[in-house]
Amino acid sequence: MGRYWRTLRRFWGTALATQLEYQLNVLVELLAVALSLGGSLLLLSLFFGPGRELGGWNWNQALIVQGFYTVFDGMTTAWLRPNLGAIVTYVREGTLDFVLLKPIDSQFWVSLRTFAPAGLSEVVLGLGLAGWGAHQSGVVLTPVVLVTVLLMLMVAALILYSLWFLIAATSIWFVKTWNATEVLRALLASGRYPLEAYPAPLRLLFTLVLPVAFLTTVPAEVLLGRASLPLLALGFVLAGVFFAAARGFWLFALRHYTSASS
Amino acid sequence: MRVFGLNRRIVRALLGSQYAHMLEYRAEIALWALSGVLPFIMLSLWSGSDARSQLGLDGVALDRYFLSAFLVRQFSVVWMVYAFEEDALLGRLSPYLLQPLHPLWRYVASHLGEQLTRLPFAAGIAGVFFLIQPQAFWIPSLAGFLLAWLATWMAFAITFLLQSLIASLCFWSEKATALERLLFLPFLFFSGLLAPLTAFPPAVQEWVRWTPFPYLIDFPARVLSGDPVNLAAGFAAQLAWVALLLPLVLVLWRAGVRRYSAMGA
Repeated sequence: MGRYWRTLRRFWGTALATQLEYQLNVLVELLAVALSLGGSLLLLSLFFGPGRELGGWNWNQALIVQGFYTVFDGMTTAWLRPNLGAIVTYVREGTLDFVLLKPIDSQFWVSLRTFAPAGLSEVVLGLGLAGWGAHQSGVVLTPVVLVTVLLMLMVAALILYSLWFLIAATSIWFVKTWNATEVLRALLASGRYPLEAYPAPLRLLFTLVLPVAFLTTVPAEVLLGRASLPLLALGFVLAGVFFAAARGFWLFALRHYTSASS
Repeated sequence: MRVFGLNRRIVRALLGSQYAHMLEYRAEIALWALSGVLPFIMLSLWSGSDARSQLGLDGVALDRYFLSAFLVRQFSVVWMVYAFEEDALLGRLSPYLLQPLHPLWRYVASHLGEQLTRLPFAAGIAGVFFLIQPQAFWIPSLAGFLLAWLATWMAFAITFLLQSLIASLCFWSEKATALERLLFLPFLFFSGLLAPLTAFPPAVQEWVRWTPFPYLIDFPARVLSGDPVNLAAGFAAQLAWVALLLPLVLVLWRAGVRRYSAMGA
């Protein structure tokens, strides 16, 4: 365990050092984050107006959802895209062989090899936005609520990671699906808005099949004090199932991986 | 005889080889086609929202608008910056520069090849859409279809020129994709992909009309879906943007290539 921890610190230390060499790039990334959030808020504001709501959520409540979406978008930029997007390259260039030979779990290696610090600014902004929305909605943050929200955010992170990983792992078969994950990214964009704003069939899809609901709407409901216990339990179950599926699929994919030389 | 460095034989060889190349990656292109679902998500959101009335699109017009937006996007996607950055970084650009053909034509051909490969997938997605929303089915008139096609093609030309402009900056900085992100964001919000232009407050609309973005999705989509739209003004704006960007791209490209050869390539 200690070995994994030390390895992780090394990985991220070097990633940070590499990134800081491109200072102009960091500035451009920060500008992009600001523009993206500004645009999202403008778009969200179009749905609201005097006496208008979005699926029964008012502006401040919808801001919490948007905030959590920004958090997970930042997580995607910081962690999922740089790591899981690279799996295709390892397969194509044959360097996956080197990863498999290392005396460390290969899923750990491909999932956590690097990170992009620019995404962290989005995570912070998103948390700020969710906090602001909660404050405006008159939420009183008790320790119980805080712990539950954090737990649900972790459940959400696990679901998001497993979904990305499942799709990214298919690149072992389809070498040139550069961005199979782009489809996922497009679908995940639905999490920007409260689940209740979608028609019933989509709501079901976004809860059970592609559990976008647990990324943003459910944590927001916890914060607003109106989440039901069965729903939270379902979140835990789904996170477990998806993570187990991701792990199983990776092991299955590796059995089918014929390396560059064989 | 060559026009812009092209003659019929070159065009046929370029398009043929790029189309064959794209056909090899059908799975990838199907996935890319699928990744364009955003307009459908936005459609389901808008049609259930109280704010729908302010869009000025009633009944099936909204369904048709977003389906058209999806189709226009499918046939005006440009990923030139990414391909070019890779070619420049890996040094593949140097042999292209030696050929007596402007390297940009190669990228144009590969995009056209991709559009052809994409056609069946896009048609399939449109077919599924009509199965779910049969009341939205419509067949545009021949004239309407041709005009929409032209408008989409112009949108493709503008996007391609914008990206070429950024790609030319590759000669100075290796990180053109970061700049491309800055271009993509206003495109995403103001092109009409997520909300028809009429959804925005009048002041924003007035301002956005002076940018190229509404002519990339909103205008062609309205032509295709048969909305009343000012054809002359739309096409004039598209032409104006092409006329503005084309010389800029050529000048910047030439300066870039000179700099590139100065670096020893």
